[in-house]
Order: sequence, then C-alpha cells, then structure tokens
Amino acid sequence: METTAIKPGAAPRGVPDQLSELERLAQQRLRQRHRLVIALRLAVLVVTLGGWELAARLGWIDPFFFSMPSQILAQIVTWSVEGTAQGPLWQQVAVTLEETTLGFLIGSVLGVICGIALGRNKLLADVFSIYIKIANSVPRVVLGSVFVIAFGLGMGSKVALAVVMVFFVVFANAFQGVREADRYLIANAQILGASRRQVTTAVVIPSAMSWILASLHVSFGFALVGAVVGEFLGSRQGIGLLISVAQGSFNAAGVFAAMIVLAVVALFAEFLLTSLEKRLVKWRPPQFGDGGH
Amino acid sequence: MQNTRDAASPAIELTRVSRRFVSPEGKAIMALRDFNMTVKRGEFCAVVGPTGCGKSTTLSLITGLAKPSDGEVRIWGEPVTDIDPRIGFVFQSDAVFPWKSVLENVAAGPLFRGTARPDALAKARDWVRRVGLAGFEHHYPHQLSGGMRKRVALAQTFINEPEILLMDEPFSALDVQTRTLMQDELLSLWRDNGASVVFVTHDLEEAIALADRVFVLTKGPATVKRVVEIDLPRPRVTSEIRYSPRFLELSRQIWEDLKDEVHI
Repeated sequence: METTAIKPGAAPRGVPDQLSELERLAQQRLRQRHRLVIALRLAVLVVTLGGWELAARLGWIDPFFFSMPSQILAQIVTWSVEGTAQGPLWQQVAVTLEETTLGFLIGSVLGVICGIALGRNKLLADVFSIYIKIANSVPRVVLGSVFVIAFGLGMGSKVALAVVMVFFVVFANAFQGVREADRYLIANAQILGASRRQVTTAVVIPSAMSWILASLHVSFGFALVGAVVGEFLGSRQGIGLLISVAQGSFNAAGVFAAMIVLAVVALFAEFLLTSLEKRLVKWRPPQFGDGGH
Repeated sequence: MQNTRDAASPAIELTRVSRRFVSPEGKAIMALRDFNMTVKRGEFCAVVGPTGCGKSTTLSLITGLAKPSDGEVRIWGEPVTDIDPRIGFVFQSDAVFPWKSVLENVAAGPLFRGTARPDALAKARDWVRRVGLAGFEHHYPHQLSGGMRKRVALAQTFINEPEILLMDEPFSALDVQTRTLMQDELLSLWRDNGASVVFVTHDLEEAIALADRVFVLTKGPATVKRVVEIDLPRPRVTSEIRYSPRFLELSRQIWEDLKDEVHI
C-alpha cells in the first residue's frame, strides 16, 4: 500500500493549481446544471401546452369546454388590440389592480396595527382573541354579498372584501411575530434604558418584521381573490367581470385568458414584494436554501 | 443625612432574600432561600453554583426585573423599585440586536436615554474602537464571530458607564481561547470603569481569575454556602494567573465546597 505524507516546510507546489482547476470544474458543472433546469422547464411547458392543443385539435377533449392554447392567445390578442366588451383591457387590469392594492394596503396596515397592539397587551389579547377566532372561521368570501349590498357595485365593495381577506392573515402573523420576540433582547433594551414605547419600536416591530413580510406575500394573492370575487358578485368593470361575462357566454377561452392576465399581475406584485423584503431585512443572514432558483 | 448614609452603604445588599415563583404549568418553584450577599463599591464579585440553582435569579432581583418574595434588595442603600439607569447587564445569550449594525447596537443605550443622534454615534464609534472592532462599524451581528459579538455586547453595556455591572455567564458560549481573551478584555474595561460587578458563572476557574470574592452557592433553592476571598494580586492576566500556586490552592478549596452540591 502506498501512503503519501506531507512533509512540513515543503509546500506542495501544485496545490494552488489543483484548487483553481477544481473551482473551474465546479463552476462548469453548476452552469451545466442551470442550463439543464431551464431546458427541462421549457420542455415541461411545451409538452403541456402542445399536448393540450393537440388533444383539442384531435377531438380527445372538447375545445368548447376546455378551449385550447391557440384560442386563448387569440383571445388575449383580441382583447388587447380591440378592447373588451367593457372597454380596453388595460383599463380592466387597472381597475382590478387598484381595488387589490387599496384592499391590500388598508388590510395589511390594519392587520399590523391590531397584531402589534394585541401582541403587546395581554389583556386586550385575552379579551379579543376569541372574537378574532370566530371572525376568522367565517368563510370571508361570503361577506362579499353583504358588501355589494352595503357599498354598491362600485369600487368600495371590492376593496372591503379584499381588506377582510388580507386583514386576518397579516394580523395573525404580526401577533405571532410580536409574541415570538426574544425576551432577552427585550430585557437588554429595557436595561439599556428603553421605555415601553421604545421597546416596541426598536425591538418588537423589527423582530416581528420577518413574520409580517412573510404574510404580505400570501396576502397579496388573497387581496386579488377578494377583488376578483367582488367583481364576480356584481360590478361594472374589472377582470372578475371579464371572467363572469366569458362564463355567461360559454367562452372558455375568455375565462382562461383572464386567468392568465391575473397570473401576470400576481407575479409582478410578487416580484415587487420580494425586492421590498430584501431591502427591509438586509440584516438577516442568508437562509439555508437561499440562492437556489 | 440621607447623603451620608448613601455614601457609606454598600453598592449591592441582598438581605434574607427568598424568591418563589410559579412556572407557566402552575408549579411553584423556590429559586432562592434566605439569601444574603453584600457587594462593596468597586468590588468584583463572582457567584458560582451548580447549574439551575438560581444564580441568575440574584441578578434579576438586583435589576428589578424580578421582585423578591421575602427579604430586601438594596442598591446604594435604596430599595430596588424599577430598573436603575446606573445598572449594566451582559447576557449569556446573544442579546445584541440582529437588525442593527455594530455602531447602532453600541449607540442604542445613549439613544434610548435621549442623547442626540450625532453625539451618540460619535461616542459609539469611540467605544467600538476601544473594544477592538474598528472597521466593523457597519457590519451586522450575523457577519461577526461569537467573540466579536460579545465585544459588541460589552461596548453596548460600558458606553452607558454603569456603576453596577451584572453579568450572567457572559462568556459560556465561547471557545476556551476566546473566553480567556474576553476575560482580559473585561478586566481592562472594568479597571477604567470601576463599577461594582456581580459575575455569575458555573466556571470555577473563571470566577477565581476575575473576582475579588467568590460566593459559592448550594444547589437549588440556592443559599450562600461560603464566601472565599481571592487574594491574587491585580492587575491580573487571566491566561497566566491560572498556573500560579495560589490559584490552584484556591481552586481546590472552592471545589471541595462545590462538589457536594453537584450531582450528575
């Protein structure tokens, strides 16, 4: 058996070369893998859409009910070029987006304020927690009907529904985040001279921030659901109405096309929220699993 | 009259203190029993005892974060009612704020106490330098090593110029070499600051290397078993003093007391 001993003082000359070679190979493998992932993703897309198109054209599924990608694309093109029955497409998107954003902002601000207030005050928390639990167990979409009656067909009813959808998610997370704040950090701040208000602003809110931001990701989607469902229930404009009209005229391509428009809006909002989060929690160490795609 | 009594009274005085509390599960626990302790002004006292005996409770009582069930806790002759601004506390765990940079962490105390931001930051910059972290002002705690985070914690505490310094096993999470360096760092900061110190530890040698007097506690509910005067000369270098014959003698003597209290 052959053994290799490293003699002290005689630094192996090849070591830096070996390391850079290793590095080069590793980076090459990483690039290859990245390309493979992208290629596979494209393949999945092509197979799914192609299979759908093919199945519809060969008559395996009925395009009247399930439409097909080429019809959906044509529908989107028609909407963007000629406009929809209610007006230009961008206007429908703008209306839904406005309702969603307003509902999201109002709901999350209320949720954060209530969450922190209840999290910092044991008595308030004990008194109100039961009612919040009850309110949370009601399927909130049902409230949409109430809001349409109360606020009419305009923007108000959709915003109200979006607010209700968002509020409970953000509230629950803000409350939990405040409760999870490290008690040593709080004690440290107190001894360093922080007043109760300073403990809240300098310790409790920053440490609840990761919880709150996590809930904002989910809740923008909820706000969108609230706005669209509100539009279903009764409105004069918006993507929800577009879907509702398409459904009424048995236009499956219209339903799918509106869905895709919604997905684009949601993805864009997700992107904005992620960049906001990166700015706000730049103090956080990279999480395990970050950096992957 | 008030003033003369104030000037003569010791920095910290715990008289026949007991502390009972009820755990969240509803079980009553007695942490301290008939506990007496006096710390003179400018004195460095260490408290050693078996794990979980109630060492940390003594510190909570002095800060006012916890109230005694019986007996009396006084600082400078006055009963403790609230958190006294002259007290500094270094925690066992990392209690630096992870979302603040090193500089903002060190400036936290003065800012909480109402110092203007530019003054607080200037003072903090000076303290960051004094604990050897110059150049790391804008790093976040997660970018630092454990020892560096402890330096931040020390600067954060010392910037408030505490007259009473309470330390709860501050170096127990560090490796042995870093711990020795931090002990020397602490002694040099303390020499300039002159505070009365209560240093809680389970490490007997750490207690002897740092303190003027060591309080040995019994297992919980804790009470003082013995008080040992540490007559080692100052200034001390903790990495060297532990080989002196007197150190070993003291160490053996205290271990004799402590070992009856420790059960595996």
